Amino acid sequence: MSEHIVSRFDEELKDLARRIAEMGGLAERQVDHAMTALTRLDTTLARSVIDDDRRLDLLQHEAEEMAILTIARRQPMAMDLREIVGAIRISNDLERVGDLAKNIAKRVIALEGQFQSPKLLRGVEHIAELSLAQLKNVLDAYATRDLEQATEVRDRDGEVDAMYTSLFRELLTYMMEDPRNIGFCAHLLFCAKNIERIGDHATNIAETVHYVVTGELQLDERVKQDASSTTTVAFEG
Amino acid sequence: MNSLVQTPKTSARAAESTPHSLHPKVVAKDVNVYYGDKHALHDVTIDIPEKAVMAFIGPSGCGKSTFLRCINRMNDTISIARVTGDILIDDQHIYDPKLDVVQLRARVGMVFQKPNPFPKSIFENVAYGPRIHGLARSKTDLEEIVTASLQRAGLWNEVKDRLNEAGTGLSGGQQQRLCIARAIAVSPEVILMDEPCSALDPIATARVEELIDELRQNFTIIIVTHSMQQAARVSQNTAFFHLGILVETGPTDQIFTTPRDKRTQDYITGRFG
Ligand SMILES: Nc1ncnc2c1ncn2[C@@H]1O[C@H](COP(=O)(O)OP(=O)(O)OP(=O)(O)O)[C@@H](O)[C@H]1O
Ligand SMILES: [Mg+2]
Repeated sequence: MSEHIVSRFDEELKDLARRIAEMGGLAERQVDHAMTALTRLDTTLARSVIDDDRRLDLLQHEAEEMAILTIARRQPMAMDLREIVGAIRISNDLERVGDLAKNIAKRVIALEGQFQSPKLLRGVEHIAELSLAQLKNVLDAYATRDLEQATEVRDRDGEVDAMYTSLFRELLTYMMEDPRNIGFCAHLLFCAKNIERIGDHATNIAETVHYVVTGELQLDERVKQDASSTTTVAFEG
Repeated sequence: MNSLVQTPKTSARAAESTPHSLHPKVVAKDVNVYYGDKHALHDVTIDIPEKAVMAFIGPSGCGKSTFLRCINRMNDTISIARVTGDILIDDQHIYDPKLDVVQLRARVGMVFQKPNPFPKSIFENVAYGPRIHGLARSKTDLEEIVTASLQRAGLWNEVKDRLNEAGTGLSGGQQQRLCIARAIAVSPEVILMDEPCSALDPIATARVEELIDELRQNFTIIIVTHSMQQAARVSQNTAFFHLGILVETGPTDQIFTTPRDKRTQDYITGRFG
């Protein structure tokens, strides 16, 4: 793309993009660390995730402020406007992703001293891997404005949802099998829900990439495959 | 309401298939304009919808004013100007030799960049057109037209107590609204505005923009502006001219969010072409 006649405008857009890239890297790391802390039940790592979340909040705040100032100063049009609106949206999603990672880290700390059965973690590991991959892919798609990759992320959101539903059933079964699992599994359920929502934010970002590139807003026609709220499990008497 | 940031739930593409007004008031086909040897406008073909605001944008010298002047045959007054092609208003060829140009200019009013009231009273500025076109049967009739025009131009409250003072004694913004009142006094169908706010402060500009928005209920308005924001605010459709060529035209929301042509994109985002 050719440059703006006002070169300071180009610099502002680049600064904003850099801020978002930094947020993306940090959010990805936070999620990665939170997942690792969970699967290894590592409370030291969990604490660092909680501490580092503040940095993400700060970056989000700065990105938003830069975006607002640029809109006020330059009255951006067309692709520039979409670029800035996209940055605001993505920074919001990334900030939320950070919060979710922090929530998971808090659960890890709460799990300390509870009856733990590491085999129960396997299902959570799988959904965590998929969600993290979704986040990585969508950030790549954003960095390269790759519409195809963004679409792939959006299309795979159903997998995350479906995995969450089946994990929900699995954990419920463990809880019924052995009541000593209940505390641990309940925490894991919350973690899984947080992980599933990280996947949703990845999808939001994918839709934003689509908007930035094409100018079209996508209607929310994704099929929600998280059926956990309607799942009925027959309790044995 | 224009919504440039929050695109409606339907995609921007959907908006394209629903133009703001289906009936074209003005139709231009292959219009070319030459000033002596200079070919200023190349094969302009465009439909201008009725009772809506069409904005002409483009860099200086691209031919916006030239095209605007074709629509009320103002180019006839420039001796070296030559216009070819067809322009129709309500299916009537306006370059038809049998057409009465004075009558045409009553149907197609014009507001210029610099407010240009006549050196006469406020009342006379507005009464002049209806009088020469015989639109008023009595003095009361004429007074009614003047009052209504000043009201519609949003100037009435500011001038009602000094209708006999000189129009030139008003502020720039008031003078421009007086010129708009003068233009609408003859009940035109189309109003051409060539950078009507370029000499006005932001408040006076906002007043004129508000006025344009009201006027489009009854008139077809074509406005030339150098302010992208103004075009985005007041118009439903936008046409982008570049080097004498009509590059792109479409709903304003689409032109300012997802222009199709790179030249349009470069221009509205302030890039080097
Ligand atoms: N009366 C004239 N005689 C000769 N050339 C003219 C005349 N009027 C306009 N031109 C030329 O025709 C071209 C288009 O001019 P026009 O005034 O239509 O541009 P514009 O888009 O209105 O520009 P601006 O934004 O500066 O008002 C320019 O190259 C200009 O020099
Ligand atoms: Mg001009």
